[in-house]
Parts: sequence; C-alpha cells; structure tokens
Amino acid sequence: MNELKTITQDLLDNVAAVTDLKDLEALRVEALGKKGALTGLLKGLGALSPEERPAAGAKINEAKVEVQAAIEARKLEMESAAMSQRLLEEKIDVTLPSGGNSRGSLHPVTRTLRRIEELFSQAGFSIETGPEIEDDFHNFEALNIPADHPARAMHDTFYIDTGDDALSHVLRTHTSPVQIRTMETQEPPIRCICPGRVYRCDSDVTHTPMFHQVEGLVVDEGISMAHLRACVSDFLNGFFEGDYPVRFRPSYFPFTEPSAEIDMQCTHCEGKGCRICKNTGWLEVGGCGMVHPNVFTSAGIDAEKYTGFAFGMGIDRLAMLRYGVNDLRLFFENDLQFLRQY
Amino acid sequence: MKFSESWLRTWTNPEIDTGELIAQLTMAGLEVDGVEAAAEEFKGVVVAEIIEVSAHPDAEKLRVCQVNLGLAKTGQSEAVQIVCGAPNAAVGLKVPCAIVGAVLPGDFKIKKAKLRGVESNGMLCGADEIGFESKIDGLWELPKDAPVGTDLNQWLELDDQVIEVDLTPNRADCFSIQGVARDVALINGAELKSPVGSAIAPTTGNEFPIEIKATQECPRYLGRVINNVDLSVESPVWLQERLRRSGIRVIDPIVDVTNYVMLELGQPLHAFDLDTLSGGIQVRMAQKDKGQKEKLTLLDGKEVELADDVLLIADNDKPLAMAGIMGGEGSGVSTTTQNILLESAFFAPSAITGKARQYGLHTESSMRFERGVDPELQSVAIERATELLLEIVGGEAGPVMDHSSESDLPAREPIELRKARLELLIGRQYESAEVSRILSGLGCKILESGDVGEDHSWKIKPPSWRFDLQIEVDLIEEVARIVGYNNIDAKPIAANLQLGRSPEQALKTSSLVDQLVSRGFREVVTYSFISPEMANSVLDQNQQVALQNPLASDLSVMRPSLIPGLLSVVSRNLARQESRLRIFETGLNFSKDASSEIQQEPSLSALICGSQNPENWSEEIAEASFYDLKAELDALARLSGKSLEYKPQQELSYLHPGQSAKILVDDKEIGCIGAVHPQLLKEMDIGVATYVFEVALEALQQADLPGFVAPSKFPGVRRDIALLLDREISADQLIGEIKSIASELLTNIRLFDIYTGQGIDNNKKSVALGLTFRDSSRTLEEEEISLAVSDIVSGLEQRLDAQQR
Repeated sequence: MNELKTITQDLLDNVAAVTDLKDLEALRVEALGKKGALTGLLKGLGALSPEERPAAGAKINEAKVEVQAAIEARKLEMESAAMSQRLLEEKIDVTLPSGGNSRGSLHPVTRTLRRIEELFSQAGFSIETGPEIEDDFHNFEALNIPADHPARAMHDTFYIDTGDDALSHVLRTHTSPVQIRTMETQEPPIRCICPGRVYRCDSDVTHTPMFHQVEGLVVDEGISMAHLRACVSDFLNGFFEGDYPVRFRPSYFPFTEPSAEIDMQCTHCEGKGCRICKNTGWLEVGGCGMVHPNVFTSAGIDAEKYTGFAFGMGIDRLAMLRYGVNDLRLFFENDLQFLRQY
Repeated sequence: MKFSESWLRTWTNPEIDTGELIAQLTMAGLEVDGVEAAAEEFKGVVVAEIIEVSAHPDAEKLRVCQVNLGLAKTGQSEAVQIVCGAPNAAVGLKVPCAIVGAVLPGDFKIKKAKLRGVESNGMLCGADEIGFESKIDGLWELPKDAPVGTDLNQWLELDDQVIEVDLTPNRADCFSIQGVARDVALINGAELKSPVGSAIAPTTGNEFPIEIKATQECPRYLGRVINNVDLSVESPVWLQERLRRSGIRVIDPIVDVTNYVMLELGQPLHAFDLDTLSGGIQVRMAQKDKGQKEKLTLLDGKEVELADDVLLIADNDKPLAMAGIMGGEGSGVSTTTQNILLESAFFAPSAITGKARQYGLHTESSMRFERGVDPELQSVAIERATELLLEIVGGEAGPVMDHSSESDLPAREPIELRKARLELLIGRQYESAEVSRILSGLGCKILESGDVGEDHSWKIKPPSWRFDLQIEVDLIEEVARIVGYNNIDAKPIAANLQLGRSPEQALKTSSLVDQLVSRGFREVVTYSFISPEMANSVLDQNQQVALQNPLASDLSVMRPSLIPGLLSVVSRNLARQESRLRIFETGLNFSKDASSEIQQEPSLSALICGSQNPENWSEEIAEASFYDLKAELDALARLSGKSLEYKPQQELSYLHPGQSAKILVDDKEIGCIGAVHPQLLKEMDIGVATYVFEVALEALQQADLPGFVAPSKFPGVRRDIALLLDREISADQLIGEIKSIASELLTNIRLFDIYTGQGIDNNKKSVALGLTFRDSSRTLEEEEISLAVSDIVSGLEQRLDAQQR
C-alpha cells in the first residue's frame, strides 16, 4: 500500500506543478486512463485475497477520486487564469467615439407642430390639410372677406400668374381655407386643426414671405366663447408646460364675430416686462373668435343650429418662444449649425 | 389715432388714472400702441417779455436784453438782464425764458454766466430748445396774450399724456376724440359731455352754386360761405397744442380748425378759397377731355393724372380736389384768402377705397372716408367748424347749403338681439338691464325690448357711426366687449367620446420622416418659390406655375421639385465649412398638367453628399455613392412593404444620365433617383458628388397588410454560382431571368459579388450569386438541387449568353 501512497502523492505533486491545460490532460490520462498508474493498481487487485480486495479496492478508488478532484480543481484554476489573461489582453478604450451615422434632426417647426398635433389629438381633434395654391373663394370670399377688403390688396397677397391678369388664384394667406374645405365635406361635430405653410408678400427682420400657421376649428351645437377660452388656454399651457394667464383682447377679423387677440403672459419674464414682450408682460400669440354666420353659410352649415369657434397661431412664433430662437429667418436658412440643435 | 389724455377728459372724465385708462382702452379693443408725455421734461421756464434790446459791446451777433419776468409783484427788480444771440429778439416780444436754476431737456442746467464780459441771468429759448418744433430760426414768439411770469408747463398744460391707439378696420368711429370718449364713458358708466355748441345762425345770405353729379359716390355734401376772414392771426395756443399732441402740424387757423374738428368729431372738412373758384362746385367723376385725363396739382405740389374712377370736387373750369383724399394747390386757403367755402361731405367708402393707395396718398381724410365716416355727422361738423372759425378768424357766415340724396345714404336695418343667443354664444349669463344700458350707451336706438316666451329680446336701430353693426352677432360682440372678454370663464368642451378609425395601410408621413431622421438625415424647410433658372432645370417653362407679384425675381416660380431647394441648402452649407450633408424635405410640388390645371403634389426628397459615414477612427471613409442613397429609399419603401423598381433613365436633364433611374411601384412611375448632373453642380458651385431622390409621398404611404406563409421546418440549401456576363446586362435583368427559369424551390437569390477588370474581357463582368432552395414539406435531395442549378445555368447560357465560371 505504500506504493499507492507514493503514486498518489507523485500524481498530486505533478498536478500542482502543471502549467498547461494540455499537460494536465496528459497527466489525467497518465493517472486515470485505461493504462494509467492508478488503473494499473486496480488491475493488481487480482493478486490479493478475496478478503483483502474490497478494502484495497476502496483505497485505490479513494485515491482516484482525490487525484480526479485535484485535476478538476487545477483545471478550473488554470481556465480562470487564462480567462483573466484574455480579458486583460482584450481591453479597449471604451471612451473612443462611436462611428457610423448618428441621428439626424427634425426641423424645429416640425418638432413644434408634432407637439401641437399631439396635444390636440388627445382631445379628439383631427388634423386636416389642404392646397397651398387656393382659389379666391376659399381663401377670401367664403371667409367673409369681400372684394374690397384691405387684406386682399396686392401688397400682402401673392397672386398666381394665370396668364390673363385674373386674380383668381392665390398662395393661401392663412390656413383658414382648410377650415372651409373641412366644413364643406364633414358634418358637425367638427373638431380639427389645420397646420401648414402660408404666404404673405412681406419680408423684413420679423417677416418672411413664407411661414407656418396652425388653425383650429370646433363646430357643434352649443359651442361658446367660454369653450374657446378653455381650449386656447389649455393648449398654450400644455404647449409651454406652464400655468400662464391667457387673456382675450377684442379685435377684428372678417371671419369671426366676436373676435379676439390672444395674449399670453410672457414666458420669458413671467409678466414682469422684458425685451421679448416689449415690456408689456404679454405675448401676442394669435387670433381667435366665434365663427361668423356668413362663413357657416358659405360652407353650407346651418348657422342658427350650430355655433363654433376658430383660432390661429404662428407655428414659427411658438417655436421661437419655446426654444428661444431670436430670428425668424433662421428657420428658412437651413444652416446645419442651427438644425443640429433640434 | 393719437390724442391727448386731457382733451379726452374734457369729453368724459371717469375717476381712473392714466394707467387704468390705457388698460381699459386696450381691453375694449382700442389697442394702445404707445403712451408718451405731452412734452419733454423741463422746469424753470416762464413766459417773459423783452422790454429793452441793446447791442453787446464786444460781440456783433449778441444782444443784451432786459426782460420782464413778472417779478415786480414779488418786490424784486423788474427787469432781468439776459444776453441773447437770436436774430428775432425785439422789444415787446413774448418768449419762453429759462431762469437761473432752470433745467432744460437733456438735463441742461441754466446758471448765471458772463458772455463776453456781460452778465446774463438766464436764457431766452427757441421752441426747439424746450422740445417743441421750431417754425422759425430764433426765439419762440409766444402769442401777445401769453401771461408774463407764468410757468410754461402750467400755461401750456403740459402735464398730459399722448395716447396712441391702433384701430382695427371696423372701428372707424374711433378716429375721433368723440368716438373714443363714447367707449370710455360707456365702460365706466361716466357722463359724456360734448363741447360742441348749437348751430350758428347765418349773418349773410351768401351762397355758392353746388351741383352733385355723382350722388352714389357723394350722397351728402354740405357747403357754407364765410366772408371776410382774417388770416393774419394764429390759432390759439390750446388749439395748436391739441393738434400738436395728435401729431398734426399747425398750418393756418382755417386749416387748423378743419383738422381740429376732424380730430374732435371724426369728420374731415375742406376749405376752398372762394375767390379762386369759378362758377360753382361740381361733385363728379373725373372725365377725359379730348382723350386726355384730367390733371390736378395737389396741396403737396404733386401733379396727378385722374383716372375716371376718381371722384372729384371741381368748379366749372377745373378739378379742385380729389374728393375725400386731398385738396388742390390752386384752390386752397392762403395768407391772402378773405372768403372761404367750407365743405363737409359724406363720400361713400367704396368711392374712396383703394384710391389713396393707388395714388400713394394716405391722408388723415382718406383713411377716415375709406373706413366710413358717420353719414349723420356733416351738419354738426360744419356748425362746429363755423363756431371755431368765427371765434378765431372772424368773418360772417352764410347759410348751410345741404345737398343730400337720402336714398343714396347707407340704409340701416333694425337688428334683433336675443338674450338666449347672446348667452349661448358667449357661454355666460347677462342681466337684461345691463344689456339695455350697453346698447343705449353704444348709441343704439332701442325700438323694442321685452320678453318673448322665456327669452328676452331687443330690436334696435344701430347708430349711424357704427357701420360694423349689421347683424345679431355684431351686437353680441359689443355686449361681450363692454362687459369684458375677461369676465368670460373658461369652460371645457363637452363632447361624446367616440373611438376613431386608424387605417393600418395608410402610412403616416411622420413614420417616413422619423425613419430618415433616425438614419442620420436632417429635415430642412426651404421656400416654396424658387428662381426661374432653377425651375427651368427641372421642368419645362410652360408647365411651371409662376407668381404674378413675386417679392424678387429669384423667388418667382412655385417649385416644381424639392430638389432645387435641397441643392441651395448644400451650396449654402458647403460655403460654411460643412463637407457632408444628409438632408431631406417634404412639401408640395407645383406644376400645370396638360390641360393647364394646377397640380400640387406632396413629395419627399432626400439628398446626400460628402463621405458615406462621418469621419471616424475605425474605418476608411469612402465617398457616398448612388447605392448609399438607394439603400435609404429601399428602406423607406420597406415601411410600406412595397418593392421599388429602378429603371435607368436619361430624360431628366438635371440628373447624371449614367447614374440615375426612374422609380416605379407596380409599374407606376413615382419619382426618380440619381447623381445630380455634374454640370448643374458646377453652376451651383457644389464641388462634391451629390445624390438625390424625389418621390411622390402618397406612393410610399400606401402600405400592404402583411400576409402569412408558414415557416418551413426543412432546411434550405445554398448553392453559389459565378457567371460571366455581358457588362450591359443589368442585375434586374439577370435576376428576372433566373426567377423565370427556376422552379418554386428557389426561395432566395443573393447577388454577392461583381468583378470586372484583370482576367476578364473588357465587355464582360463576373457576377456571383447565392441561390437558396427550400421546400416546405420535405428535405431536398442533392440530385434535385444540382438539377435545379444546372437548369438555371443552362437557361442563362441560352438567354443571356452567360458562361459559368
């Protein structure tokens, strides 16, 4: 049995000394394989008496288990060292900038419009669009703007060259014609917003010949100016995520009666007076009113049965206020330095 | 409309301060645009009389004046010595004098001084030195009755504000103190006091012939002769000051009075020098004389040719004035005028509208007539002007000659206001008594007021000065406005909740846009109008839509394509050190179809130029190519499940003829893609290869509903083949042939290599394909696969003259 001890100890020493997985595997075969040293001892059991065999066999098996365990342990130890080594070698600089295309950007006007659409969609408003070249009827006549109204003068309306000096088609000066088209094709109740490009023959520091407008229209039985106040105020405070007072100032538009300008407390100075609000504490953000009966009649809606309100705001203006853009013209210059910010 | 607060307060004087008055005006719809002090700030300036003037011993231009400051009463020495350089300093003149200790505008302090050795105890002032307009070079010559010693601020009542209101087109009635005062009195429940006296009885019987030939355009014309006026006097200071504060220049007492009455009551008036008139007054349209248009030299010295739609005031020989717009030079009042004809007329707005703009003559008068003057005001105004004229320039007034055509005057129909309707439209309750008070205060005549069933209703006749009150809602607006829009509580809309439909096959523009953005594209917004040159490069001129009145020639054609706009963005940014762009825009394209109908088509266009990827450390960066952009377009099409067909094209002259294609879906052309023509890039100063596509947005928005094919449980087998082909054979052609040859076992074709160059004939190319075969019900046998491949290869040999390599 001394032989067993010696063999076992030698094997264990060899296992401890091994540094390579291949050598370890060779060692395993040497110890435990069919021709291995310990297996050899088992074969030698036949020489013992039947009484001695079980005890001797058990001893040899114990030794086998011990060597096997040592090999496994050594294997794990070596694999773990190898993994550590590999991880060390595979280290990279994770702070290097990533390559490939990064995200582009939505134009700030689109971004703003998306917010507007989202807010109104929540309340079941549909989003309606229409042509930008409009006929006289939809842009003016149906909106109670008679032929001699100052708004129709050449100086703020772009007319389409029809080859015969006729002023029959214009670049829409507001998105109100979409309201008319919506009323022509849908039955009340109507709740919609009409966003889009509009055009005025005007260009200076605060005006561009093309800009964006969103108008809203609600037509149903019993719609009142109190509803209009709630709608406009909820929208503005939803859009600016604040709690700003909103006031209605009497005004005049041919297509609404009563009509009002919408003022909102300045979001920049909260009403204290600043450069943005020209020291009035208020920002003019749009116009609104109750739909004029003549407009209903033009669009084929019973003006006695139904009432409605409409409002209009500049999307570019809302975007300027929201993001602090100080020059309207930047929206149409498309300088990448500007666009990258959105 | 600009006016002085103190003037307004002579009409109505509610117990509110300036701040509140301004807030009230704005919230009543008379938006206050500006408020400023009636004069610049100064103190220590009094009315002084020059009592002695002597030469300065040492300065030729200076004079030594002894001045009476009215100090005698206080026991001080009567005369104060002041050295003065003004040429008009003269004994007896009354002038403003800044005494020692005075502070003039600009914080200019007056101290005792010696001028060339002579003591000077103050400064005699020109008007401009205390912030007024100087009519002469020198001292301000105050009227003879100016009270010596009185503080100028006090005497001129300069503790006053000038308020400017911006009027909406419907409020023509507020182009007068009277109109503004009406609203202020009504809002505050204050008294409205008119300073206008009663009619002036004529003291002569002098008349002048007046004939109205255009009664529609001039339904009412009042004239009055005033003889023996004295034009050597000046308008009184109070009147001058009110005009000045309203921004009206002081001219002469007659013009001043007509302007004053216009500001006070809202009626523009005109005065003719009676002695320049020949025969009689005719109110008529301009005529042509022997084919020549009539001409008139206006008060401002400008000669105009009169079109036949211009309403004229003429005498028997010549045009005298453009009615309601501007008088003529020859017939106006001058310093030698002794007798005048005063005109107070109602011209129909339609006769005046547009003319002022047409002739570039925006006058106080045209502005009022265009928007509408009260047709009942002419008589009151002519009496008021007579009253003031007799007071200031004297003379004897004749009778008022009234030429009115009642049937041509605007007819005003009664309007009914229902309380229920008012409350429904505004969303709030109103007291009947309050409504009655407001209606009366507006000047409405209440014809009937009472309960009708459960409702209260009023029948009123609107005031003649409120053209804007036509129907019930106009009255509703007035009641809401006077009570205050801010007294309307917000109320959320109540509606029946209903789930809407959301068609799955209608792809939203935002889905397409978001995909482009997430793949590195930036959205741009360019003008819808472009230059004719750019438009010509994409569409025939006769199909373009042009503007009649563009802002500039390079913004004169409606864009037929979004591509020119994108290219201009490239030019702009390349010039600003950007070298790589991925941009897109959505919007309408404009064109005319074969029958000249205007088409407005929603489109999407994208552009890439510069490197394929942003420069980075991990890869060799290649220039973007046609295929990079094509990949983007294919990816967009995949959103809808459509596959696009690319057909090489050479018609679109703005694209590279060898690197461009028309895009088809289900055989329908929906757009184009390609490299921008190098010639066009050169013209636009774009130095890098640039690729664009443009597609009809709608074509990408009609999505297929996904179908279903059960996944096969059996393995697919791939076989690769390499073929030598003629270079001209396109990938589409090759794949099309393979599909038509192969059985349904072929489930996928992948083109994974293309080679031209060494070892291959110049006209040939080598194409490598991976073919995948699969059956849904069994594992394919090796023999069938080999057979399928050899069928394909031999088919291609026959049809395309291909050779397997």
